[in-house]
Amino acid sequence: MSESALQPFHEQYTALTNAGSLPGSALPWLTSLRERGMARFDELGFPTPRVEKWKYTNLRALERQVFHPATTMTATLGLDRVPSLIGEQAGHRAVFVNGRFRAEMSSLGRLPKGAKVMSFAQALEAEPNLLADEIDQIAEGQDDQPFYHLNCAFMEDGLVVHVAEGAKIEEPIEVVYLAAADDEALAYHPRHLIVAGKNSEATLVEHHVGLGEANTLANHVTEIRVEPGAKLHHYKMNAETDAAFHVSTLHARVQENAFYDSFTLTTGGQLTRNEPHVKLEGSYADARLNGAYLQRGKQHCDNTTLIEHAVPDTHCREIFKGALEGKGRAVFAGKLHVYPDAQRTDGNQLSRCLLLSNQAEIDTKPELEIYADDVVCSHGCTAGELEKDPLFYLRSRGIPYALARRMMVESFLAEVVQEITTEDLRQAFLDRVTDWLSRSDQ
Amino acid sequence: MAMLEIKDLRASIEGSEILKGVDLSINPGEVHAIMGPNGSGKSTLAHVLTGRDGYEVTGGDALFEGQSILEMEPEERAAVGLFLAFQYPVEIPGVTMTTFLKEAVNSIRKARGEDDLDAMKFTKQLRERCKLLNISEDMMRRSVNTGFSGGEKKRAEVLQMAALEPKLAVLDETDSGLDIDALKTVSDGVNQLRSAERSMLVITHYQRLLNYIVPDHVHVMVNGRIAKSGGKDLALQLEEEGYAQFGENVAA
Repeated sequence: MSESALQPFHEQYTALTNAGSLPGSALPWLTSLRERGMARFDELGFPTPRVEKWKYTNLRALERQVFHPATTMTATLGLDRVPSLIGEQAGHRAVFVNGRFRAEMSSLGRLPKGAKVMSFAQALEAEPNLLADEIDQIAEGQDDQPFYHLNCAFMEDGLVVHVAEGAKIEEPIEVVYLAAADDEALAYHPRHLIVAGKNSEATLVEHHVGLGEANTLANHVTEIRVEPGAKLHHYKMNAETDAAFHVSTLHARVQENAFYDSFTLTTGGQLTRNEPHVKLEGSYADARLNGAYLQRGKQHCDNTTLIEHAVPDTHCREIFKGALEGKGRAVFAGKLHVYPDAQRTDGNQLSRCLLLSNQAEIDTKPELEIYADDVVCSHGCTAGELEKDPLFYLRSRGIPYALARRMMVESFLAEVVQEITTEDLRQAFLDRVTDWLSRSDQ
Repeated sequence: MAMLEIKDLRASIEGSEILKGVDLSINPGEVHAIMGPNGSGKSTLAHVLTGRDGYEVTGGDALFEGQSILEMEPEERAAVGLFLAFQYPVEIPGVTMTTFLKEAVNSIRKARGEDDLDAMKFTKQLRERCKLLNISEDMMRRSVNTGFSGGEKKRAEVLQMAALEPKLAVLDETDSGLDIDALKTVSDGVNQLRSAERSMLVITHYQRLLNYIVPDHVHVMVNGRIAKSGGKDLALQLEEEGYAQFGENVAA
């Protein structure tokens, strides 16, 4: 860790707090959280590869860049249409540009009774108690997460979703996060809170995209609680440009009989770190922690996940699949932690990666820590080239090499994208995969 | 001009010579059968003709309509009109039969400078061909060969042949793993594709298949060479006498 990399953040923090320009400066809980966040980030600094959880992801490029706080609104943003995964019929759409909610681009539609969707900044005004009760309260084990603390210090805006007991939001909520930096490198630290009340149901789709040439650092922190009997579908597409650094730390608690269904597709970004912690803390809690990644050039994508089975009778399935081209790199570190009394845990993990060039690299680290004796846990992990026989079979039917290869990679990834339960959304993710493959340079 | 002219073809796998000078000439519309004991090089010949990796051609040539195909990529060979029905069709999970056939047909059309086949027309043709081969349309929505029974796989091979309309089809042990009913269905499918322009090379271990797909010429392959050629009666003779008679020749 180099001190100089921390210096700009420190100076910016001091300047922003002195000017009172960070939101919620009148709220003691938030001021104190920011202070603690900055202090802890100072202690930890940016992790080096010597830190076990960051062994395979080197942050030198990020540290070398001086980021400016994205405090000024990019009002001149020339955007004809906000990119969308679900098209114009999307019922609820929240748009964030450089981490800030843009009401004029958003359309939240009619929400059912008991459902609230608003920006973090709005919630600080309208629902300060909700945030005071939940922010930094759902997260657990965040002490050694420097980016979490950096987010606490700088958090300004983000998405707040609160679905009351029994409410169902039928249509997906699409959240577009646009990274747009043209002149200078920008950093922003969105903070999100999603609470799905008892027996409620909602689908959230995050769509991260980018514009502009300058580097951006999007340092997201999301806290999620899925209360007893609730169902939360949470799909995420990282499709930013090569100028983007994307760090996403997520803490989710899944309670009795609740279902947390997540899928993350990463195709964009210069460096992406997805770090979800999912704690199954009520019996019959069920989680899907699935994802796919496609990286080429010098892109790097790190999925470091933790699933905790804290009580008996919980279930989780985790499948990550990816394909790497050029000098693309990926990391999959999946930890499964079964507590001593979490009997009858059912946990499955699978990581499969296709290496499409001999300079591509995947580092995989499955980790099973099981302290209960009556459990069913499995994990599997493969990395390899495309199989020769199917490739020859396709070519023998006249299908050219490049197309045959694309068909095989697509089908390989489609298998995990099929895990997305909402059909329209599944298609949007498949289309993204197809689009990435059609731009193959090999 | 011959459809296929194989001249003194020699090929090795990992340095060991399997084809030791094969000569064979097939005219348009002719059906030739190659029989022979296990390990005689029958399947190797099929693989070398279609361009599978792992075989080194060490001598001779194979001309398709006068043009050497040995330097061509497998997809180029398909585009000029060569087709191999695999002995062991390969499973491709996640790619449906429909997508696979559509991509194959259109790839070949594209290579020949033709436009994509109209989607409606493609579907209609596919439906008709499925019916002829007793293939359920449901199978078209399944992944290529994935979970297919032995018979389904072989019928799917013939369906592909029908869709791609090759000039020369090489059938590699198409009878293996088939019961008598499936054998009849597959053979009927193949026979429907016989025409004055289309040639076939049927590779088989047993005479049984040749009761259904009756060849114009029969060749016996032993130890990497064509040891004997004749009419369809040669197959019957082999069935009676076995391949032992050629064993001595080989040893000598």
